[in-house]
Amino acid sequence: MEPISIITGKAVVLPVENIDTDQIIPARFLKVTDKSGLAAGLFEAWRYLPDGTPNPDFPLNRPAAAGATILISGRNFGCGSSREHAPWALQDYGFRAVIAPSFADIFRSNALKIGLLPVTIEQTIYDELVAMYANDPQMALTIDLAAQTVTLPDGRQVSFPIDAFSKYCLLHGVDQLGFLLNQAEAIAAYEASHPQPVKTTG
Amino acid sequence: MSKPRTLFEKVWEAHLVRPETPETPAVLYIDLHLIHEVTSPQAFTELRQRGLRVRRPDKTLGTMDHSTPTTPRNHLGIIPVIDPLAISQLEQLRKNCAEFGIPLFELGDENQGIVHVIGPEQGLTQPGMTIVCGDSHTSTHGAFGALAFGIGTSEVGHVLATQCLLQRKPKTCAVRIEGRLGPGVTAKDIILALIAKYGVGGGTGYVFEYMGEAIRALSMEERMTICNMSIEGGARAGMVAPDDTTFEYIAGRPFAPKGAAFEAAVARWRTLPTDEGAVFDHELTLSASELKPMITYGTNPGMGIPIDAPVPRPEDMPDARSRAALDKALAYMGLEPGKPLLGHPVDVVFIGSCTNSRLSDLRQAAQFFRGRKVAPGVRVMVVPGSQQVKRAAEAEGLDRIFKEAGAEWREAGCSACLGMNDDKVPPGKYAVSTSNRNFEGRQGPGARTMLASPLTAAAAAVTGVVTDPRTLLN
Repeated sequence: MEPISIITGKAVVLPVENIDTDQIIPARFLKVTDKSGLAAGLFEAWRYLPDGTPNPDFPLNRPAAAGATILISGRNFGCGSSREHAPWALQDYGFRAVIAPSFADIFRSNALKIGLLPVTIEQTIYDELVAMYANDPQMALTIDLAAQTVTLPDGRQVSFPIDAFSKYCLLHGVDQLGFLLNQAEAIAAYEASHPQPVKTTG
Repeated sequence: MSKPRTLFEKVWEAHLVRPETPETPAVLYIDLHLIHEVTSPQAFTELRQRGLRVRRPDKTLGTMDHSTPTTPRNHLGIIPVIDPLAISQLEQLRKNCAEFGIPLFELGDENQGIVHVIGPEQGLTQPGMTIVCGDSHTSTHGAFGALAFGIGTSEVGHVLATQCLLQRKPKTCAVRIEGRLGPGVTAKDIILALIAKYGVGGGTGYVFEYMGEAIRALSMEERMTICNMSIEGGARAGMVAPDDTTFEYIAGRPFAPKGAAFEAAVARWRTLPTDEGAVFDHELTLSASELKPMITYGTNPGMGIPIDAPVPRPEDMPDARSRAALDKALAYMGLEPGKPLLGHPVDVVFIGSCTNSRLSDLRQAAQFFRGRKVAPGVRVMVVPGSQQVKRAAEAEGLDRIFKEAGAEWREAGCSACLGMNDDKVPPGKYAVSTSNRNFEGRQGPGARTMLASPLTAAAAAVTGVVTDPRTLLN
């Protein structure tokens, strides 16, 4: 995993609340057995018209959104299914961070595991960002993970919360499995001292 | 006296390999890991790349359910898979389970079925356990007083490799549901009403514990329906304290403890319910006696109304954001604000999914099909949750009731719930579905889903329109 420290880039606003993971990537794209090519299914139903051509009204298809690396969206982003294909697809498309007033629990957890940074901001700041980007969709933002701040296009800085452990892993580009593997002794001790309720092998 | 604890806290604390600190999350031990073909392949790839083994194949069970067809068996008794991508995904799971020694209920196996139906019916789901699966409806198993929640594929890899997860302790929320349900009103209506009242993000960050008179009166299958949709209210897990109803359900199932071991287990399970005086971080309430059958009109499970209510109007919404969300939902659904849903034509009825595909669901639905015909032009899919449910339903003749009425009786699987196998709702068509999500395109591109109980779905099937099931009750 690439370490994350500062993400500076163009943002695109998708001003919809409760965007579920079926919108981010519909289930019919989940038949893959690897992680490649998922960008093709990202927001598929919104990105394309029924005849298969790009929907010119969809924010990601507007010329101003070309090359955007930050997605700004409404509250409860990523609700619904646990599919990690949702953050994979966003990352595969080129996004490095999603900014929203709130995230669904499983999406947030999945995104942190793969280095797609979920950035939670106040609803009022979100509303201001939507208004700012309606005026000028070309503006860049800067997210500083170490400082836990977002520098808005008007220069103001707002802070965002992140769990200390996830932050450490993202800053150093290490995944969380390594930490768990190092707990082998404690896990074995737990297993030895606790009755095991079921065995699936009969 | 030790501090009074909630059911969740007891299960959480009993599974701590390492407690959380400000710097690190808790290391939580997992008693049962269920896997399926869609969210596991990349996790096994990760294991191979790192040269890791599966730590506890004996705490892992695979089934095939999501991308599998539910077409009736051919003359050789085989369920044919035609989609090459599904074939490769199923083959991958077969190979992974064989290589790592994980038991697997394959397509065609007598125990195969939807992952959240088979765990309980095998007796694998027991009170006080931690259960995870790469599927958000893992919350279903919480009906037994287990801590059960959905995880992503990275975490599937974590559990395969270490039998543990890194977790921050969630907050607790008591969900008190008092009163008794009226005739024709079901567990599905409770959970749809709860989500309509508190919204799809209302439970974010919490584990729900459902309690109160209405919950105690429910069967295990009904409790599963409620816990199943906790995630639709934003809560990653939902739990019900185990009681005699729970123990009676578990007794005698293949993986349940037997004899003296069962008695000992029951004695342990009786210590799990929330202690008198335990404190929850938050509380929600709902009165069961005031509920009517519920149905959704929009594009998330929180957009639900009593079946005789009109579709909400944007001008009645409290703020601009909810007006915009309603406008968008009604445009997708092709519904007019202020008009009743009752009498609205229906094209497809889907009775199935991990929410409502168990024997009691099928029995409820069957009572409206008995002696009636499916309305002209309506396609009705009845999809049992597992091969066991299918056999049990056939043993009491439910399959004949459905087929004689003109409904399709299919093989077990997730089917039309999520539009990733052949069972889909065509673009622009209206479906009354007993599943859990009415998201745009969930049941197929352009599909328009109205979520409801098996009774309400069956009523729509035989009348061809959205119908109050109470009008068909004897």
